[in-house]
Amino acid sequence: MNRKLLPLLMTAGVLVALFVAASCMYPGFGSARVIANLFSDNAVLGIVAIGMTFVILSGGIDLSVGSVVACTTVVIATLVGQHHWHPLAAIGVALVLGTGFGWLQGGLIQRYELPAFLVTLGGMFLARGLAFVVNMESVGIRHGFYTAAQEFSLPLGGKAALSSAAMLFLALFVLGLIVAHLTVFGRNIYALGGSADSARLMGLPVARTRPAVYAVSGFCSALAGVAATLYTGSGNPAMGVGLELDAIAAVVIGGTLLTGGVGYLAGTLLGVLIFGTIQSALIFDGRLNSWWLRIAIGTLLLAFILLQRFLTRGPARGSAG
Amino acid sequence: MNDPLAKVKGWFTGGGLLWPVLSLAALLAFNLAYQPAFFRVVIQDGHLYGTLVDVLNQGAKVMLLALGMTLVIGTGGVDLSVGSVMAITGALAALLVTTTALPFVAVLALCVLAGAALGAWNGLLVTRLRIQPIIATLILMVVGRGIAMLITDGQIVTFEHPTFVFFGNGHFLGLPFTVTIVALAFAATALLTRRTAIGLFIEAAGDNETASRFCGAPVRLVKVLVYAFSGVCAALAGLIATSNIKAADSSRVGELMELDAIFAVLVGGTALTGGRFTLVGSIVGALLIQTLTTTMYNLGMPPAIAPVPKAVVILLACLLQSPIFRAQLGGIFARRTTAE
Amino acid sequence: MSDVLLSAREITKSFPGVKALAGVQIELRRGEIHALLGENGAGKSTLIKIITGVYQRDSGTIQFAGREIHPRSPKDAEACGISTVFQEVNLIPTLSLAENVMLGRLPRRCGIIQWRAARAQARRALARLGLDLDVSRALQSCSIALQQMVAIARALDVKCELLVLDEPTSSLDEQEVAALFTVLRKLRDDGLAILFVSHFLDQIYALTDRMTVLRNGTFVGEYATAALPRLELLGKMLGRKVEAAQAAPTASAKTAGAETPLLDARDLGRCGSVGPIHLRISAGEVVGLAGLLGSGRTETARMLFGIDPHESGELRIGGERTALRTPGEAIRRGFGFCSEDRKVEGIFPHLSVRENLVFAMQASRGPLRRIPAAEQAQLADHYIRALNIKTASAETPIRNLSGGNQQKVLLARWLAMQPKLIILDEPTRGIDVGAKEEIEKLIETLRAKGMAVLFISSELEEVVRVSGRVVVLRDRKQVGELDGDFDESRVLQMIAQPHADE
Repeated sequence: MNRKLLPLLMTAGVLVALFVAASCMYPGFGSARVIANLFSDNAVLGIVAIGMTFVILSGGIDLSVGSVVACTTVVIATLVGQHHWHPLAAIGVALVLGTGFGWLQGGLIQRYELPAFLVTLGGMFLARGLAFVVNMESVGIRHGFYTAAQEFSLPLGGKAALSSAAMLFLALFVLGLIVAHLTVFGRNIYALGGSADSARLMGLPVARTRPAVYAVSGFCSALAGVAATLYTGSGNPAMGVGLELDAIAAVVIGGTLLTGGVGYLAGTLLGVLIFGTIQSALIFDGRLNSWWLRIAIGTLLLAFILLQRFLTRGPARGSAG
Repeated sequence: MNDPLAKVKGWFTGGGLLWPVLSLAALLAFNLAYQPAFFRVVIQDGHLYGTLVDVLNQGAKVMLLALGMTLVIGTGGVDLSVGSVMAITGALAALLVTTTALPFVAVLALCVLAGAALGAWNGLLVTRLRIQPIIATLILMVVGRGIAMLITDGQIVTFEHPTFVFFGNGHFLGLPFTVTIVALAFAATALLTRRTAIGLFIEAAGDNETASRFCGAPVRLVKVLVYAFSGVCAALAGLIATSNIKAADSSRVGELMELDAIFAVLVGGTALTGGRFTLVGSIVGALLIQTLTTTMYNLGMPPAIAPVPKAVVILLACLLQSPIFRAQLGGIFARRTTAE
Repeated sequence: MSDVLLSAREITKSFPGVKALAGVQIELRRGEIHALLGENGAGKSTLIKIITGVYQRDSGTIQFAGREIHPRSPKDAEACGISTVFQEVNLIPTLSLAENVMLGRLPRRCGIIQWRAARAQARRALARLGLDLDVSRALQSCSIALQQMVAIARALDVKCELLVLDEPTSSLDEQEVAALFTVLRKLRDDGLAILFVSHFLDQIYALTDRMTVLRNGTFVGEYATAALPRLELLGKMLGRKVEAAQAAPTASAKTAGAETPLLDARDLGRCGSVGPIHLRISAGEVVGLAGLLGSGRTETARMLFGIDPHESGELRIGGERTALRTPGEAIRRGFGFCSEDRKVEGIFPHLSVRENLVFAMQASRGPLRRIPAAEQAQLADHYIRALNIKTASAETPIRNLSGGNQQKVLLARWLAMQPKLIILDEPTRGIDVGAKEEIEKLIETLRAKGMAVLFISSELEEVVRVSGRVVVLRDRKQVGELDGDFDESRVLQMIAQPHADE
């Protein structure tokens, strides 16, 4: 049991260390408000990363998430802002579209045994282009529902409060935990990532599970788009470039193996928080510039990948090389 | 295969250069019908100008990246870091020309070396630490941009250095100098891979790595070399990109270009799983992307929407490489012939 | 006590171009461990796959517990009560033991998995085998032996009446084998029917009650294990009459040759693979490695060629003590190795015949000094003619050639290197009779020119005919060496001799 949790503990250790270091260096950092804001500021990344975790657990990868987020925001903004739909209806449509898009990608990957990397790369281009087709520019959302939703926040005491975007993130996280650990669907995903051949021989519904996983990722991307509209109050077809990379980094730093079958959603949450902590620390500092974020994340990524290699070579009596 | 129907079937299921060339021809034919201006070339001050020339010029970066990417994919790997390497070398070059008095040739050499070193780093991660190529190059992709920004201190560094500016904007023998760079790079790559045994080793490593090892071929060395070479190509492309705008814009340069490069290689006919590769195919693939982009631009389509046709082409290219899909296609033809 | 559980009759199965099974039968009883034996091409694997639903039979009947069954998938077979445990344990290594045992049958309440109940059931399933393990640990943290036990526990938990074990002991050491056998005997005594597929003769004699022998896709016979002496069994498996030993076969002590042997292996071994091996080969000699399928011949070859370097014992090449850690080192010492698994280890499928042929030679020259096109063409043409390789041209992709011709190209690859010692692992497998003769003549020519040859083949007559000396292996160990005047019977007798421990 311990061996399995080791990567998770290390990630948690890194997060705590970073947070403590930042709190010592920057006055005001170590406060409940900053922690609560971590969830709000990184809700979009967090929601996307949850979906990405499921895909990577199944042994695949989804490069289209950033573009789907952008497309979702534009669709919602255009429907509400220019066609005067009720936000809930627009959100519903967006979620259905995102899920369907993911399901299509997963279907192609499963049916024709195409590499996930390439299919979702195509999906990325497609969704990005479609976002601009819907609307070439950023569109603001002005609707009573939205203003209410944006102002809605859950006070946590002191100055800390969770925004609606943050609450979406946390709600999805809890739901994700339940699915991953307590449902057959979740266990099938783990099995698929652990060994697709064995899973098939054991009679697991591999042909259904793979498209479903990508549908989940599509759903999460769409939901992240909803969170983005809540956070920014607008839809922007140019946003989210490179978001997939950040998500993958958060997932890997969280201890999930890119080869599939091993990992915890809790790890992804920690990974996203690490990302957010570094970013916040940089803002607090004011002197260091945003690119240090890239370098820090990249270094952490390398460190964790090396750790993964080291750990997976360990236990079982493995074959040479 | 004397049966003509079998031959036609082979065109659809066999692969090779046929599809990329046909697609390019189809695009050009489309332009001929709807936008004949596409083909107009004028001579001014001894230089050729026109849309065709633009395609060659703007496509130079992707063509260079595609050369390096082809070899990497030939060994069964992939290099996601080329965009970031472009940013790093561009930043390095801009820094060197604005703060030192080094001649451009020295700057060029240093940048190429830097690209090779970064590529070798990828190669070592893949061969020594046995990390999957996607993951290994992902690290540099993420970190690289940060490093590039570090070099330029977050600023956009502009310069006026004449030779450097000529590198990406000048003309030589009537055509843009970038075309010369690509031609030289292509010739060098072709010589390197076909005149020596390196090309064979690359294809063997991708086709059956175990058999390569059993024959005593230096598989690890070959892999490190191809990643280093990809870095060199990225360095050249980075210098061109930087020269184009006479500035090092570390956050934007090379963005998403690795995907274009992979796309070019794939569409050109080299399989993502490795083995046989075709440099010519990758060049055609790169030209195809650029022609697609330019055609759409000329049609008034906003460049932001350009990715949509790209996506369709990627998907088609993937499907054509899938044996299951080809079997389905083949099935359509098989019904017309006698049972096999 | 024992009654017939499964009765398969007149089973026939053909694949394009080859008839895998022709009228095969097998009868399995409850409370019995039944062995299925046969050499290469016997049809064991096909029969198993038909019984377990991976393939569908062309004709014949299978009666299971009184009903006719026609399993269309492994899951179908499982539903009937037939479970299989394969050599490569087909479980999910990254999941826990409990999950592997229960996957697909996890207890749920309103869609939520009840983990405590799942773990309890898994523990009970393992206890049935006498195991008390932490069911929360990952499967891959267990040894292969334990993983197999988990696979068996899973099979049993799914209400299985017939347990099929396909090569279960290949990766196990002696203690693990003993532990497995204890479990299997207990299960048999509880009334389970067990089908045990293996080529370890000692184990079959130690464990099983009855055996069915197949050869070339046909049914040879069914026998009570205790009633069939080994020598006779070997005869039935190989399709030949074997006379009882006239004189006990002895490994004649060969007086040391005047010259230092090219290769001298003493006590060479590799943990979990094969050993100890004593082998000497000198220039101009053909030494054969004989033994049944699974006896360790290929493992020995891989050890000698540096693919799986030896871990114990001593290796001398040309008199000096050395270790070969990579194929490259072996090649530099003048060795060549023509592998038996050409698809995985030999051919470059998309490359041309010429490229495949010259590859090892090019590798030895390094990446920069390319063999000129003219020389390559000449080399290719020479061997295409010399070995009678049927190909449209030297530029045809090798995967378009038949298996036999592919093998010839690989042979040519190594011959082109003009090695001092060439290891040929099943060089005539899948080659027509005429071509076989050519290759045998070729080996003789090479020997006469001074090449040393290590010849491995599962066809006994061939090994005996071609080799001057034969090293005999059984169950991953060397059991002796034959020299001077010997024939197939002598080899069989050596294989049949019971293990010294028995």
